[in-house]
Amino acid sequence: MSDTPQTQPRNLQAIMDLVFRNTTKLFAFLVFGVLFGILITLLLASLPALKTFGFHFFTNDAWNPVTVEFGAMVPIYGTLVTSVIAMLIGIPVSFGIALFITELTPAWLKRPLGIAIELLAGIPSIIYGMWGLFVFAPWFADNLEPWINDHMGNWPLVGQFFQGPPMGIGMLTASFILAIMVIPFISSVMRDVFEVVPPMLKESAYGLGATTWEVVWNVVLPYTKVGVVGGVMLGLGRALGETMAVTFVIGNAHEFSTSLLMPGNTISSALANEFTEAVGDIYSSSLITLGMMLFVITFIVLALAKLLLIKLASKEGKQA
Amino acid sequence: MTTLDRTRYLRRRVTNAIILGVSLFTVAFALFFLAWILWTLFSNGLGHVTTKVFTQMTPPPGSSGGLLNAIAGSLYMVLMATLIGTPVGVLAGTYLAEFGRAGWLAPTTRFVNDILLSAPSIVIGLFVYEGVVHRMGHFSGWAGALALALIVLPVVVRTTENMLQLVPNSLREAAAALGAPQWKVVIMVSYRAARAGMLTGVLLAVARISGETAPLLFTALNNQFWSNDLNGPMASLAAIIFQFAMSPYEDWHHLAWAGALLITLFVLGLNILARSIFKKSEAGH
Repeated sequence: MSDTPQTQPRNLQAIMDLVFRNTTKLFAFLVFGVLFGILITLLLASLPALKTFGFHFFTNDAWNPVTVEFGAMVPIYGTLVTSVIAMLIGIPVSFGIALFITELTPAWLKRPLGIAIELLAGIPSIIYGMWGLFVFAPWFADNLEPWINDHMGNWPLVGQFFQGPPMGIGMLTASFILAIMVIPFISSVMRDVFEVVPPMLKESAYGLGATTWEVVWNVVLPYTKVGVVGGVMLGLGRALGETMAVTFVIGNAHEFSTSLLMPGNTISSALANEFTEAVGDIYSSSLITLGMMLFVITFIVLALAKLLLIKLASKEGKQA
Repeated sequence: MTTLDRTRYLRRRVTNAIILGVSLFTVAFALFFLAWILWTLFSNGLGHVTTKVFTQMTPPPGSSGGLLNAIAGSLYMVLMATLIGTPVGVLAGTYLAEFGRAGWLAPTTRFVNDILLSAPSIVIGLFVYEGVVHRMGHFSGWAGALALALIVLPVVVRTTENMLQLVPNSLREAAAALGAPQWKVVIMVSYRAARAGMLTGVLLAVARISGETAPLLFTALNNQFWSNDLNGPMASLAAIIFQFAMSPYEDWHHLAWAGALLITLFVLGLNILARSIFKKSEAGH
């Protein structure tokens, strides 16, 4: 056949295309597989603990390696409470930062200011932990906690959360440091979604005589609320899983305590402190069960965050 | 204007001024903590960064020493993790951007990847412990590198995909019109156009794993001595900082501060480098 010299390389190219395409597909599948690998591995490893303790594991507040009795109540409580308080502090601050950078900062300052805030996200979490333990916690104990005791400890109903010895180490300190750590993540998402608001909408409101705050509150926020919630969830996901910074300052106590000034525990700090020293199958399996729960909780939060952000992006696409 | 109108107008103006003042305060709040942390690092760490830190091993409490084995261990594991995570991430990202237009795999992987991007790193460490350390029966530098590679992976996938999607389709079509097969289009056109952005992604990933401690605790563990055997437990700067900072010994604290300063400067430096590379490539287009 006369056209052999031409078809030969063309076939070769077709094979190369197929190989290249399927190699990339294989690796994409691998990413997908990692998630299921994590879930299945952790589930299998947590079976011994779940078989021993059953559903009681999630409601039991005991944690006793000597009598081999474990319950997840205290670490779960610690994880949720520290993250929620971190959010209560972090969300308004992040919103303020996003507002300042998108609406008030002159163009030449936007980039350096944005980078400076994002550097907070670049600082390794172990550094937050060290700073928290050696610098922030003593300062907190000397200056803020006595004030909290005096002024918030006698509030009706919630007062008991704010009573306790001013030690510096405890759940409130951990929450505060978590808040600082999630600020760059939340504010950066908020900034990004604020930027997608069509200028025409904002200018119309300004044209009607609205103040900057009224424009942000009545135009920008309603337009971007889905994205803002997505950013908040993203920050929450970070706060739930944060390990080192919390491990340094939370005090690692397995006793349940209503006071936020007392030491506590989170899932991740319990893992960091105890996992390598856990003796016995049930002990380490209980810790892995904690890890699996952390993964499942963050998975749900992050999946929600992602879905909300996708929703905002598709809305933007429709209007463009 | 009636008086009522005037007071309402005034109230709106005042509300606006207060809230804008508060937003200025929130920015100052965040910058204050950044400055406080950096100041703490410099004031506690700078005096202890001596040549000893780079030339001697980690000491037992009470004697002098450095961080050489920890620095070397971190470099080994970060290098290995980058070498494992980058090619996998680049290829997976390529699929998402170049081939994944149809089908369920690309959108699902994209979704899963974004979740892995923010997954708690301690869970990654737990996974590698169960999958590798438990099976092999001992802690190892390889396990540590693998755990870090799993953190590199989603970062590289994400940036590779984003950067490839910025490459204009007309470039691909031009190459295809010249008769180039698709694999050549991707490697010689898309990759080349997106390489600065892809490099940024790798640098950001390296910056992220350089400071990671949690995934190393159950995988590489720690090591007080020099070791370049990735099959055994391996020291890392982060794990040594954790151990030394939590100890009651004053001279261990000093070394921990020195290590903390080094690691932070390295990570922040990489972050800034990555941004400037990306910015330069944007300006070039």
